[in-house]
Amino acid sequence: MPTYVNPDKCDGCKALGQPACHYICPTDIMQLDKAIGKAFNSEPDLCWECYSCVKTCPQSAIAMRGYGDVVPLGASLTPLRGTDSILWTVKFRDGQIKRFKYPIRTTPWGSIEPYAGYPQANPAELKGQELCGQGKFLGVPNLPTVARA
Amino acid sequence: MVQPEVEVVECDVLILGGGMAGCGAAYEAAYWAKSKNLRVVMVEKGAVERSGAVAMGLSAINCYMGMKWGENQPEDFVRYVRQDLMGLSREDLVYDIARHVDSTVHMFEDWGLPFFKTPEGRYKREGRWQVMIHGESYKPIVAEAAKKALGEGNIYERVFVSHLLTDSKDPGRISGAVGFSVREPKVYVFKAKAVIAAAGGATGVFRPHAVGEGLGRIWYAPWNTGSVYKLMIMAGAEMSQFEHRLVVTRFKDGYGPVGMWFLLFKAVLKNAYGELVEEKWADLLKEWLPYGAGKPIPTPLRNHQLIRDIMAGKGPHYLRTDEALQKMFSDVQHDPKKMREIESDAWEDFLDMTMSQALLWASENTDPAKTPSEVVLTEPYLMGSHASATGAWVSGPEDLAPSEYFWGYNRMTTVRGLFAAGDGVSGSAHKFSSGSYTEGRFAGKAAVAYVHDNPDTPNVDSGRIEDIKKELWRPFEVFEKAAGTSTKPDINPNYVFPKQALLRLQKIMDEYAAGQGAFFITNEPTLLRGMELMALFKQDLEKMAATDLHDLLRCWEVWDRFWCAQAHMQHLLYRQETRWPGYYYRGDYPKLDDQNWKCFVNSRYDPAKNEWTMSKKPYIQVIP
Repeated sequence: MPTYVNPDKCDGCKALGQPACHYICPTDIMQLDKAIGKAFNSEPDLCWECYSCVKTCPQSAIAMRGYGDVVPLGASLTPLRGTDSILWTVKFRDGQIKRFKYPIRTTPWGSIEPYAGYPQANPAELKGQELCGQGKFLGVPNLPTVARA
Repeated sequence: MVQPEVEVVECDVLILGGGMAGCGAAYEAAYWAKSKNLRVVMVEKGAVERSGAVAMGLSAINCYMGMKWGENQPEDFVRYVRQDLMGLSREDLVYDIARHVDSTVHMFEDWGLPFFKTPEGRYKREGRWQVMIHGESYKPIVAEAAKKALGEGNIYERVFVSHLLTDSKDPGRISGAVGFSVREPKVYVFKAKAVIAAAGGATGVFRPHAVGEGLGRIWYAPWNTGSVYKLMIMAGAEMSQFEHRLVVTRFKDGYGPVGMWFLLFKAVLKNAYGELVEEKWADLLKEWLPYGAGKPIPTPLRNHQLIRDIMAGKGPHYLRTDEALQKMFSDVQHDPKKMREIESDAWEDFLDMTMSQALLWASENTDPAKTPSEVVLTEPYLMGSHASATGAWVSGPEDLAPSEYFWGYNRMTTVRGLFAAGDGVSGSAHKFSSGSYTEGRFAGKAAVAYVHDNPDTPNVDSGRIEDIKKELWRPFEVFEKAAGTSTKPDINPNYVFPKQALLRLQKIMDEYAAGQGAFFITNEPTLLRGMELMALFKQDLEKMAATDLHDLLRCWEVWDRFWCAQAHMQHLLYRQETRWPGYYYRGDYPKLDDQNWKCFVNSRYDPAKNEWTMSKKPYIQVIP
């Protein structure tokens, strides 16, 4: 379902160096139309409907319309993404509404310390089979192995 | 278009691709690199936060042993993968992933990925190898760790890597890569002592079911264009199992996942007449012994049963979500709170990872508790992370790989200093996200070990760079030269736009290389005819035209897919057997032939001579 941009809400991310949707789109589809200063989906037939742009837009200006060759009109699927959860509003073509809330993260954004509690990397262990943090994370005392065939 | 600026980036370990495998490589390499003060650089054509196949999220982690709970041992997983791949897998590589993957998964939880838990505090399992997650932010969480591990100045986003570089004085050794910016007219030359090819698998090689706008709604990510394969093929690395492709049964048109429905909710696949497909075609499995007798039924054989039922005219085919949910509701005595929980889990399966399917249900007024949903077999994908094993032939781990499978460094290809991980590695199927990340970690550590042992800086020939630069920019010149021939740029006899080229490739592959339109059937005359058309097509690809950097990206993605298609056709032709019915059929060799073909089919391409060299490599059983 390709995305579309609401011109009443989109301001082309004037305050940022580039539109947020343009920054995030995995396949470089969301572009800025310089003539009107607003974003648009430049290649709907390669849109996977990943919702990255919808979720990231600071104006909630982007929504999804089902693929023209497959999906009947009239339904919508709208995310509201917070810092620890996401709320989805599903509106059916017949007007029925369902709402679902799911956790997305149990720790604060930016809080990862990649190697907290790990020993310093020891070059003598470069040829061994252990990965970093094994002691902390593997969950069994020894790395399993088998005799060479 | 103006001529590109050139920026040279020097580093020790270069990681191509910022997806699960790339982030795993970055994480591990950065740790070990500190001890030697080495520079690790990552290049990604999108934004790492939301790139690759996991961009939108996942609802399950499909590779987790649970060793600490005594749930599974690595040997069990090796046997499962061997059986699902009809006897052929690199058991050393699979065992290696299985013994390490738990630590990756536990680490993800520590970072903040929310898991479904049982009342006892274990991960809630969807199936034997699968655990359920609230995975909407899976990729952003993994990306955060990778970015912190690498440091900001070491990540290049919106750069598409198009070529690997080999040492001009020693072509068997990697020396870096070249790419271009998708944001500004700039070519990057990355010089490195070790390179990890970690970009994703290949979609869009075959014609999908949808037309028009729906072309984007395929099962795997449309931005995984097979870069990882093309780069390695053109560097002369040995590839393996490139005849293998993945065809999956998924919800029709939305391609939503079915794993939770099958495994957890125990939904069944029935045809329009209420017949259970697996039961009705049980006898078919006897034609594929010994694998047809194993449990679970191998993925290709389940497809094979469905194909037979389709050909018998018993469609449409449905996943009976209604029956499954009604049973689950009745099991909880129709308690409204518990029913809402079940419903919430059912929808989360889609909302975490395939929102299209949820929107499709809403658009058709489908309530899964009341209405079953159609399923369909997808078009083929080329990838090494799922129930398929396409990729590079790599060395295994030193402690357990047989001598035929080990040549110095874990996950190193046959090009010295070139490593692969994730979709790019052949033989280690069923690794999915956590296994691909873990495989990235192997490559990351091994690459640092390699640089430690080989600290000299390999040569990069400036003449080669100039040639590549011209090659990269050619689509602009093609367009500019021919632009005056027609009033409408789309219709010009002197060039093709990348979208036109893509559609032509998809049609050729669909018709001649066992696409879904050909019911996954091919044979030697068909493949040879397809190769004739591909030869003409290759000449026309030199005339792809671009008007901006976005177009240029698309041109080079077509080249990725083209080379995947070439390798695939060579392998399909060489293996004179049907080992994976349901993935593809050789009409001229319709049976399994363990006597002659229980082995790997490998290939090497020589770009200078335009020659493919095919070979067989032994399958060695590592686990009893």
